[in-house]
Amino acid sequence: MAGLQLKNIRKSYGAVDVIHGIDLDIRQGEFVVFVGPSGCGKSTLLRMIAGLEEISGGEMYIAGRQVNDVPPSQRGIAMVFQSYALYPHMTVYDNMAFGMRIAKESKEEIDRRVRAAADILQLTAYLDRLPKALSGGQRQRVAIGRAICRDPKVFLFDEPLSNLDAALRVATRIEIAKLNESMPDTTMVYVTHDQVEAMTLADRIVVLSAGHIEQVGPPLELYERPANLFVARFIGSPAMNIIPATIAGAGTETTVELTGGRRTVLDIATPASENGKTASFGVRPEDLGIAAGDDFLFEGTVSIVEALGEVTLLYIDGLVANEPIIAKIPGILKVRRGEKVRLTADRAKLHLFDANGKSYRL
Amino acid sequence: MQQLLFAIATMAAGVLACAAYFFGTNWVLDKLFPSKGLTGPVTSRNLRITNAVRPWLFLGPALFSLTIYLIYPVIESVWLSLHDKSGENFVGLGNFIWMFNDGEFRQSIYNNFLWLLVVPAAATFFGLVIAALTDRIWWGNIAKTLIFMPMAISFVGASVIWKFIYDYRAEGTEQIGLLNAIVVAFGGTPEAWVTLPFWNNFFLMVILIWIQTGFAMVILSAALRGIPEETVEAAVIDGANGFQIFFKIMIPQIWGTIAVVWTTITILVLKVFDIVLAMTNGQWQSQVLANLMFDWMFRGGGDFGRGAAIAVVIMLLVIPIMIWNIRNAAKEMESH
Repeated sequence: MAGLQLKNIRKSYGAVDVIHGIDLDIRQGEFVVFVGPSGCGKSTLLRMIAGLEEISGGEMYIAGRQVNDVPPSQRGIAMVFQSYALYPHMTVYDNMAFGMRIAKESKEEIDRRVRAAADILQLTAYLDRLPKALSGGQRQRVAIGRAICRDPKVFLFDEPLSNLDAALRVATRIEIAKLNESMPDTTMVYVTHDQVEAMTLADRIVVLSAGHIEQVGPPLELYERPANLFVARFIGSPAMNIIPATIAGAGTETTVELTGGRRTVLDIATPASENGKTASFGVRPEDLGIAAGDDFLFEGTVSIVEALGEVTLLYIDGLVANEPIIAKIPGILKVRRGEKVRLTADRAKLHLFDANGKSYRL
Repeated sequence: MQQLLFAIATMAAGVLACAAYFFGTNWVLDKLFPSKGLTGPVTSRNLRITNAVRPWLFLGPALFSLTIYLIYPVIESVWLSLHDKSGENFVGLGNFIWMFNDGEFRQSIYNNFLWLLVVPAAATFFGLVIAALTDRIWWGNIAKTLIFMPMAISFVGASVIWKFIYDYRAEGTEQIGLLNAIVVAFGGTPEAWVTLPFWNNFFLMVILIWIQTGFAMVILSAALRGIPEETVEAAVIDGANGFQIFFKIMIPQIWGTIAVVWTTITILVLKVFDIVLAMTNGQWQSQVLANLMFDWMFRGGGDFGRGAAIAVVIMLLVIPIMIWNIRNAAKEMESH
């Protein structure tokens, strides 16, 4: 049985379309992360699943039931908000029990479920406290606990970690991962703009941009085989280096001429019709290395060296105007500003996109 | 015209005098303890002295007028309340003993108590309901402006307006009072509303509620908007309906503001005077403390002792609520 299905889902505010027809099948028990830049519609989409925003067009199914006109409380969902959204005047216990009290559950059942959730989240000692007497991390755990108590089919997270400090974010992220494992039948949809969260938590990532899906796939597939320039740039940090190029020899393997005149061969097949067309050549900073001999991809002047200990980041000028090439090289490197370096990369790890930004490797 | 010019001239002179005072005293202070062109230790000593003196100079006028217009009258009132009619012969607690045996005083206490029960509750309730409802409609702001408008009318002005609403003409003649016109239109007999003992209190209270609802609405509307939208959305997901969200999620979050509005109106009600003076002047058993005080103090030859004693009672009633109100308001400020 399907967990969550979106069929041509649309959202418009008056004449302005913000979500342009999204099709998505999420299996029961799957952990799906929506990522994208601000304003791409990921939060709007999540709120439409929750029922907090009306669906302007298309159909939505939760556990096989069409829910377009079903009120939020009856959709079988629970939501964790970015700001926690705890009821400030209620104790932790009452916060978690509120939904069940509204639903007129029995006292014993409420108590059992609240205590079970508190146990999972180590909140038992805090049940009598008000939210203002809790730390940020504890508040977020209460918000998660409130959602667990609803025993939802679909668990929705709206940037749940972005109000926490860095250390707490990592710890809470791991807790969410554990929670996901302990609830194998519960579908989880998670919105974030943090790609580390997306990469570590997701079974599948949905990359959104300007109200449509750019690519859906497991994290590593998105990293290794981005479907287009947008995904290539969005996944990975620092972002993939993109260099304008011309296809010099199409075939089972492709020869391209990069800006600056150097030629290189990629293990990507292109049809003969592409010969002579402009393209975008991509290589990730971490796939670049210092070339030993004359066999190199390109050459440039180091403008900035950032030594982080575990890696050294080199910013190299001279290839693309105003956009340095970044190389992320393991360890400590004895390179100074102003030096000329030659960089190379494994042929299998190069990327090539056509003039419209679509990847040739599909 | 001449009056207008005179008023403008007074205002200008007042502002100029204030500026001259601050500028002048500061200049004198700097002359007495100069901080330029001297050796280090002298400069720092002079700076210390000027810094210690300056706040008192600047606060001076305010402290002076507070003393003259607030502290002195309080002391004088207490002193007067222990003296007789002329304020010359000491009578001890005589005025207070008279007071508690006086039927009209007890009537006033009773009426004030009724006012206290009804007006703050009604004004806060209507203010809250209107604030919540007007947030959802497109003409909400127009409605709010109209409801807020009575706040700009003086109590006496409001009383004049309502005098026409309650106006009574003999049965059979055309009723020019709105209330009687409605009653007659539905086949009833006209009444002189403000002369009905006990009930007339409520007709007078309506006027103050009409004025104060706007105040409650504005403050509570701001408080309602301060409630995080997410807590409401979380309650929607939890399955709460509109009433449950309003009473279980929204009201508890603005409880502090409701208390401040309530007590502010309560203090105002304890001092209610103009409306009663203008509408009934305390006749037909509608007397209240402030009007009773005014009666004894300035009417029928004046009895400073008894008037002051009533004033002291009003003050004693207001002070505890005032303290509670200020504490509540301070707490509200902290939590935001």
